[in-house]
Amino acid sequence: MIRAALTAAFVALAAVPAQAEIDIVPVTSPGGIHAWLVQDTSIPFVSLEMRFRGGASLDPVGKEGAAYLATGLLEEGAADMDAQAFATRTEELAARFEFDVYTDTASVSARFLTENRDAAIAHLRAALIEPRFDDVAIERVRNQILSILSSNAKDPQDIANATLDTQVFPDHPYGQQREGTPETVAALTRDDLIAAHQRLMTRDNVYVGAAGDISPDELGVLLDTLLGDLPASGVPLPPVIAPVLLGDITVVDWDTPQSVVMFAQPGLQQSDPDFIPAYILNQIVGGSGFSTRLMSEVREKRGLTYGIGSFMAVYDRSELLMGQFSSDNGKVAEAIGLVKDIWADVAANGVTQAELDEAKTYLTGAYPLRFDGNGRIANILVGMQISGLGLDYIPQRNDLVNAVTLDEINRVAKSLLQPDKLTFVVVGQPAGLPGTN
Amino acid sequence: MHRFVSPLLAACLAFTAGIAQAAENVSRFVLDNGLELVVIEDHRAPAVTHMIWYHIGAADEAPGESGVAHYLEHLLFKATDDMASGEFSEVVRANGGSDNAFTSWDYTAYFQRVAADRLGLMMKMEADRMRDLLLTDEELATELQVILEERSQRIDSDPGALFAEQRRAAMYLNHPYGRPIIGWRHEMETLDRADVERFYNTYYHPNNATVIVAGDVTPDEALALATEYYGPIPAAADLPERVRPLEPPQRAERRVIYEDPRVAQPYVMRAYMAPARKPGDQQEAAALTILAELLGGNSQTSVMGRKLQFEEKTALFTQAFYDGMALDDGSFGLIVVPAPGRTLDEAEADMDRVVAEFMAEGVDEAALDRIRMQIRASDIYAQDSVQGLARSYGVALASGLTLEDIDAWQDILQSVTAEQVMAAAERVFDRKQSVTGIYRAPAPAPQEMMQ
Repeated sequence: MIRAALTAAFVALAAVPAQAEIDIVPVTSPGGIHAWLVQDTSIPFVSLEMRFRGGASLDPVGKEGAAYLATGLLEEGAADMDAQAFATRTEELAARFEFDVYTDTASVSARFLTENRDAAIAHLRAALIEPRFDDVAIERVRNQILSILSSNAKDPQDIANATLDTQVFPDHPYGQQREGTPETVAALTRDDLIAAHQRLMTRDNVYVGAAGDISPDELGVLLDTLLGDLPASGVPLPPVIAPVLLGDITVVDWDTPQSVVMFAQPGLQQSDPDFIPAYILNQIVGGSGFSTRLMSEVREKRGLTYGIGSFMAVYDRSELLMGQFSSDNGKVAEAIGLVKDIWADVAANGVTQAELDEAKTYLTGAYPLRFDGNGRIANILVGMQISGLGLDYIPQRNDLVNAVTLDEINRVAKSLLQPDKLTFVVVGQPAGLPGTN
Repeated sequence: MHRFVSPLLAACLAFTAGIAQAAENVSRFVLDNGLELVVIEDHRAPAVTHMIWYHIGAADEAPGESGVAHYLEHLLFKATDDMASGEFSEVVRANGGSDNAFTSWDYTAYFQRVAADRLGLMMKMEADRMRDLLLTDEELATELQVILEERSQRIDSDPGALFAEQRRAAMYLNHPYGRPIIGWRHEMETLDRADVERFYNTYYHPNNATVIVAGDVTPDEALALATEYYGPIPAAADLPERVRPLEPPQRAERRVIYEDPRVAQPYVMRAYMAPARKPGDQQEAAALTILAELLGGNSQTSVMGRKLQFEEKTALFTQAFYDGMALDDGSFGLIVVPAPGRTLDEAEADMDRVVAEFMAEGVDEAALDRIRMQIRASDIYAQDSVQGLARSYGVALASGLTLEDIDAWQDILQSVTAEQVMAAAERVFDRKQSVTGIYRAPAPAPQEMMQ
């Protein structure tokens, strides 16, 4: 009885996804800095998300880790404040700043109260424009990073990441880890860090999303205060690289009860006309939830893993379709065999209309639910800009998903999924799994 | 630099874990069958979070059955009399939603986040699996393998997690907080249908649950839907009273030395028994919350960070933490990660010396003012995530607190004085009620690199 009722309810409700009622205002500051804003005065604070294109990929050869160390030092002393004075002031303002650097971007996330907004922005400005890079702070943070590196060197997940990156992106910044190596980090000088800061944060590589209690005019003034004194432009991005994917299995012998597995094959750029069908295809094969092909076969039916998933890894200068899972050493060979079988099956036979329909209802229903909260909205706004999406993307996005036909997604399955290029890295002591590399 | 990996799993400001706002947008109802309903209104987005918190967790398991609460949590996604195995999550996803569940010592919670007009459907399915689970032997066997893989991934592959498990077991002489939520492997391997069904049939009832609905819904709408779907389920007449074995007086300090070749960064940490937030009695917990912030909250400004990381440069990282959100007693802890060349013995001595100096010098009033400002701001920031609010309320209510306690928490925190902080510190720093943990690689050091 209930079952029939549930199905009926599902059909009736799924026909009308919620609408994202979100009003994005493009803002250009008097000084020419662009941002997207969603103004919402219901809570007296602002979330401000900034991304600087380039990130750790701008580190020169031999200076790997410079961007990471420089970014870590932004809050360790600025203008007339040493590290402790800076932190004390942040606490007085109850502002929250996070600085991080990733392969392709440096990110600055800020939350600050309406009641002391100007003071908070002046404080953040000091970190972005006038970091001190005091020797004592450099040594303190350098030691922290060396400790992180020694931990990463013993962490199966980090070993798997590093092994795969090195193989897939030889002689390219993407083959390096953002933290650098113990040797490069130990050798970084204060001048290296000043240069890294100049490369990382410039007016022509910044993208800004804001949400919360601020007007467009106020945001414009704020942006000029905050970013107006950055260098106008930086250095070129690294070259585009085609990933090296040999379709083999590399085993890194590591004494641990459970093997960590990463796998990769060629992906697609978001600008590719096939990106949306490919994105839906990935959702069916290994996206979120328990009912994907990978979760269903490897976890739900056989209990070989706690979780397995795949994702479109879109880099600025390359692209992969990746996945990962962990499985006890005695079971991992079987699990890898299943992944290969699923890959071959979907490439050859495609997915079903039911799978496509289910993925569409999920993706279109979930999309409007993303826009809840200033922090999440500001993140989405900056992500859209750096991906090159337009202001009109949000109202169009679900139509783009719904327009994908079974023929189209199965054409993309055939061209995208390449079982002969599916490359594995296994860190552990897998039974019955000789590496083919 | 806040990226340094804390040895703690959850290293956030203690007071953000327990929101503290005076909540005019929060309503509470109790259905005739005893089910508690809490509604948090937020109409900014057309979404709703629906959570059910069973007041039952790993600390309520029978001896020898560790892991059964968490095993059952996994099995609730299987078949009922009305739904096929896996259908629950498929229906959630077909409606654009997401769902999951989590288990702790004091509670087991299930949640979905969906478009607001799907709330009734979520309640209908959640009510269905409260009493009507149907388990097959095959699914029991497969899911047991899944949780063993989960244990491999979360615990056995992570020396820090194994260390935490050993310390916790040493911390509690008698209370079941000493057992791991996921279970000891040898006990997990023996869990069977009878264990699971006994746990389910004893504890999964409306009068042992709190439903939290947060988002784009009015209290009246939520109450009507809850009455329709949860209302018909009868209350359990024989729900056991929730009494766990309590700790005896602890008369001897303990030391746990954990060695593992996978340890790259050694550290020392000490945890003291500490009282939890109690209904109508949160003063001591508030003082300990402030104490943790003062001693080892922010590395740049806290007492431990300032002295050991900045002045003496003998530590790479320091932290103090207080875990007071629990039904029974929690813990107060200190961590020192020594700088290169500094031994763990020296690190422990540094820890003790800094605390002794703090006890002699007392509280810096300016630091206390800054913490009060941040506590006030944390309430404002917390309002931005209605999901986070729902979770905070759920944890607090499942830990035995009331809405009145949650409402009062901000004012209690703001009113804590320097004297109260010092008095709480005097009481909590009792070595006889502590476990000191040493985390290191065995000597001689193993080979470093994988190539």
